Amino acid sequence: MARYTGYKRPKNTKKALEELFRYMGYHKWLLLIVALLVLISTGANVAGTYLLKPVINDFILPGDIRGLICALAGMGIMYFCGALSTFGYNRLMVKTSQKVVGDIRRDLFAHVQKLPLKYFDANTHGELMSRFTNDVDTVQEALNNSFTSVIQNSLTLAGTVIMLIVLDRGMALIVIGFLLIMFAFIKWNGKRSKAYYDRQQEYLAGINGFAEEMVAGQKVEKIFNHEEEDMKVFREKNEALRKVSTKALAYSSMMIPSIVSLSYGCYAVSACAGGLLAIAGRLDLGTLAAYLVYVRQSAMPLNQFTQQVNFILSALAGAERIFEMMEEEPETDEGTVRLVRVDRRQYAWEDEAGNRTLLRGDVRFENVVFGYVPGKKVLDGISLYAKPGQKIAFVGSTGAGKTTIINLINRFYEIESGKILYDGIDIRKIRKDDLRRSLAMVIQDTHLFTGTIADNIRYGRLDATDEEVVKAAKLANADSFIRRLPDGYKTMLYSDGSNLSQGQRQLLAIARAAVAHPPVLILDEATSSVDTRTERLIEKGMDAIMEGRTVFVIAHRLSTVRNSKAIMVLEHGKILERGNHEELLAEKGRYYQLYNGMYELE
Amino acid sequence: MLRRIFSYSGKYKKYFVFAALCITAESLFELLIPLIMADIVDVGVVTGDRAYIFRQGGLMVTAALAALLLGIGSARFAAVAGQGIGANLREAEYAKLQQFSFANVDHFQISSLVTRMTSDVTNIQNSISGGMRPACRGPVMLIAATGVAFSINGELAVVFLVALPVLAACLWLIITHVRPLYAKMQGAIDLVNRIIQENLTAVRVVKAYVRGDHEIEKFNEVNTNLQTQSERAFKLAMTNMAAMQFVMYGTILSILWFGGRMIDTGGMQVGELTGFLSYVLQILNSLMMISNIFLMLTRSLASGKRIVEILDEEIDITEDQAEDIRVEKGEIEFRHVWFKYKAEAEEYVLSDIDLHIRAGQTIGIVGQTGSAKTTLVQLIPRLYDISSGELLIDGIPVQKYPLKHLRDSIAMVLQKNTLFSGTLRENLLWGDKDASQKEIEEACRIAGADEFIGRLEKGYDTEMGQGGVNVSGGQKQRICIARALLKKPKVLIMDDSTSAVDTATEARIREGLAEKLPGVTKIIIAQRISSVRHADQIVVLEEGKIRGIGTHEELLEGNEIYQEIYDSQKEGADL
Repeated sequence: MARYTGYKRPKNTKKALEELFRYMGYHKWLLLIVALLVLISTGANVAGTYLLKPVINDFILPGDIRGLICALAGMGIMYFCGALSTFGYNRLMVKTSQKVVGDIRRDLFAHVQKLPLKYFDANTHGELMSRFTNDVDTVQEALNNSFTSVIQNSLTLAGTVIMLIVLDRGMALIVIGFLLIMFAFIKWNGKRSKAYYDRQQEYLAGINGFAEEMVAGQKVEKIFNHEEEDMKVFREKNEALRKVSTKALAYSSMMIPSIVSLSYGCYAVSACAGGLLAIAGRLDLGTLAAYLVYVRQSAMPLNQFTQQVNFILSALAGAERIFEMMEEEPETDEGTVRLVRVDRRQYAWEDEAGNRTLLRGDVRFENVVFGYVPGKKVLDGISLYAKPGQKIAFVGSTGAGKTTIINLINRFYEIESGKILYDGIDIRKIRKDDLRRSLAMVIQDTHLFTGTIADNIRYGRLDATDEEVVKAAKLANADSFIRRLPDGYKTMLYSDGSNLSQGQRQLLAIARAAVAHPPVLILDEATSSVDTRTERLIEKGMDAIMEGRTVFVIAHRLSTVRNSKAIMVLEHGKILERGNHEELLAEKGRYYQLYNGMYELE
Repeated sequence: MLRRIFSYSGKYKKYFVFAALCITAESLFELLIPLIMADIVDVGVVTGDRAYIFRQGGLMVTAALAALLLGIGSARFAAVAGQGIGANLREAEYAKLQQFSFANVDHFQISSLVTRMTSDVTNIQNSISGGMRPACRGPVMLIAATGVAFSINGELAVVFLVALPVLAACLWLIITHVRPLYAKMQGAIDLVNRIIQENLTAVRVVKAYVRGDHEIEKFNEVNTNLQTQSERAFKLAMTNMAAMQFVMYGTILSILWFGGRMIDTGGMQVGELTGFLSYVLQILNSLMMISNIFLMLTRSLASGKRIVEILDEEIDITEDQAEDIRVEKGEIEFRHVWFKYKAEAEEYVLSDIDLHIRAGQTIGIVGQTGSAKTTLVQLIPRLYDISSGELLIDGIPVQKYPLKHLRDSIAMVLQKNTLFSGTLRENLLWGDKDASQKEIEEACRIAGADEFIGRLEKGYDTEMGQGGVNVSGGQKQRICIARALLKKPKVLIMDDSTSAVDTATEARIREGLAEKLPGVTKIIIAQRISSVRHADQIVVLEEGKIRGIGTHEELLEGNEIYQEIYDSQKEGADL
């Protein structure tokens, strides 16, 4: 859900630029060629203007047709080279910028894969998504156009100013003075409009979030006839956004006409001053005419430049956010113990020295303390053990810490104190990937990927054969409904499998875990949306899946957990009761109460 | 398409006119300045008249100031117009979205719907605000400069008659070819976004199965594809600039050649030639501006199309047959109802449903996952329309009720409960925005929510957070029930809405409902037999067909499916 925590102001533009240049540096030869071509193209353009005078004076006026042909042919070649360079640098620049942007996207995605879950909890999908879309887009836009434009315009501006100084130093001061005023204006205006743009971004995010929430909750909206009220809220938000964005835009688009007018002011002052100097005899007419042409030209690159300023600024802000994300600390993984295959059915842990411990699935928690937020303990000194092949169940109300325990076993989160041992090895010593590979997990919210049903089951083990996939689906009791789908196992799933019911999705998730075939199985409310009758049908398959494995089960329904070796009743991050079904019933404690609620169906 | 988009300018239409006028006037002033300038040199300096120079200088500054004011004005008006039309488009889209049926929503996707309201509109706004200036300036400059050029030398101006069509042809070629490329690029972007989106939502699955590298591989593939597609599109679009230069340079050379020949034969003055050249550059510059607008439009047309798609989506649940009637009793009858989500789907989701529910009855619906229980009840408030058969409320087809009245009289607690950001009270007021504190408390008592609300630190003013993240599943369900009760409905539908509530509380809720709302027709979908066993009738569904109707005892006696469900739950508890 896109809930924005507010628009972050750019903090470190220099760093963003450095990083951006680093990415561009990978293609420095291409960029060098681009720069060279820009130089040729600009040169051809400027030289063409410069050559007009001699062509007229030397060939047209004396009526030298042959000379004219030669001169024009020369100009033609030069122009041709210029236009060709333009063609070339545009194509090369597009190629380079797409490469740079592609590299950034690739690295960003790879980095996101390494980020800890904590990061995903703290940032909304909308925000993260917008790094890949909006921010990368602005960078691309700027690279496509602005890079060459800035080179070109700096060259033209520098050239023009030099020509002015060469022609008349005193007069050049007027132009330079005006140029400084223009720069100051651009800076001031940029600052002003940026403040509004920041607010616009905030309001836009607000509307985004509102729309998303409303669309997602549309069923409720319809059932409660709440359309009008929501429309009212939307209208208010929309109007606020309109006002701010109008202001932002009005300020930023004021820039171009202002610069143009300033340049005309400059032109007027120069003309007057030049005229006076000419009358005083300090300036000849030809120089004045040429001078005024250059004065007019001096505004052009600046004008072009202002058009790019907005692109560049927003690209820099985008780049900053992108690189900020790339700097996020990845998941720590200091483990060295690896998972190795001993034979067809056996795995073992191997430490750096080559000592092997057979993987058995013995999990122990020793005094584990944990909280998602510092200072707010979710688990408070939990100790428990699961012997190989045992089925351990967790029971308790929402928020008691059941899912948390499971999230710690595969190191989705880091514990604050205490120890978790896996076959006697501290899990922090095991390489994360290997640790997770040894556990199969079916989580509460089932997520499916775009692809066929078979692809989704195979996600558990990528090299599983078709037969293995079908076998797993049968174990999960998913085979029958899959066969009824139009294309069976080849049916395509889109957008998180929205064409399946929640129960069907859970069955697929179970099949996914079954195909992975790991020594330890974790089921977190894996059958909560499956009806009891189907659950009973799965049970047999589940028993086959669970056979010989250590299994952790969280279930709301006590019927799901009653045959566990040990049941832990959790409350407020502590284990309240533990024992098997009969023992707990005999204890007449919380479990007994819960169970009696259920018993009412008799 | 453009006309379609502009038809949403509404009260901002006049600002478009203002902006256009300002820009045109500004351009004219700008054209004036070089003319004044020429006089300074040609008259002022030549005659040595200082006062004249100052006067003309003053005129130029005045003209520049006027241009500045007009420029600022045009910036402001263009901004108002562009953002105004954007706001109108967003509102129109949102309004349309509210009429969408779920079939309509399914047609798009939530994320896509939101993008169409935000980024796509922003695209349109930007191209309008950014495009207005060149769009008005370009033609003004073009016409003015062409006029002057022809007046200087009509014969030489014929060069334009060759150059213009060539340039136009180039532009046309580029634009027609770049459009499909942009479309392909958009497709590639969608693929990339989809993978990112999936990885964000399913991050736990990816990590649990250590599939990071697999996902990166998948991503690199679509990323490379996007890179290639956008390279292709932008490369072509950028050719515009080179084509422009070729034509421009060609024109300059031709003019120098023909002009040179003319001067040689005495048909033209040198001064005229230089003047002519500067106007030629002006003209070609305006053409460049215009071509850029076309390219920009081509890109924003894609956004425009996506917006118009929403605005033009045919709403499939309408009130065509509505009469001014209200639900009075709450009697519901399904007569041979068949239903499927999509007309082109092969199999029906519900087949030949025949069911009569008397007003005030309590009906339980049980059945396997995927047996279409939810689908069945969603037909009653017309969240979906039936495909064939008849669905009557109080003996009148549902289509005859105005949607507002129909949905007002039916309260439904969904399987997937949604709470909205805001306080607990605000969420409850969805049921009845004028509900008194007493009514709220009463509803919460019946829903069994009073006990935990009392324990909340801020009570009814507790902030729910988006999607109700601040309360547990069971608490959320009870709030949703209370919210539904506040509607004071004639029909109450509870779709598996006590699944996370413990059985003791559930029993209390059931008793409360029976006692306080005796006249309300209650339809309860449940997984647990215990939730429905007291119902007047229990409907057993399987694969979209009714496999049995009766009381708990009757079904237990003679319905195999019901027995199986019962056994599966009894055994669970019996051990």
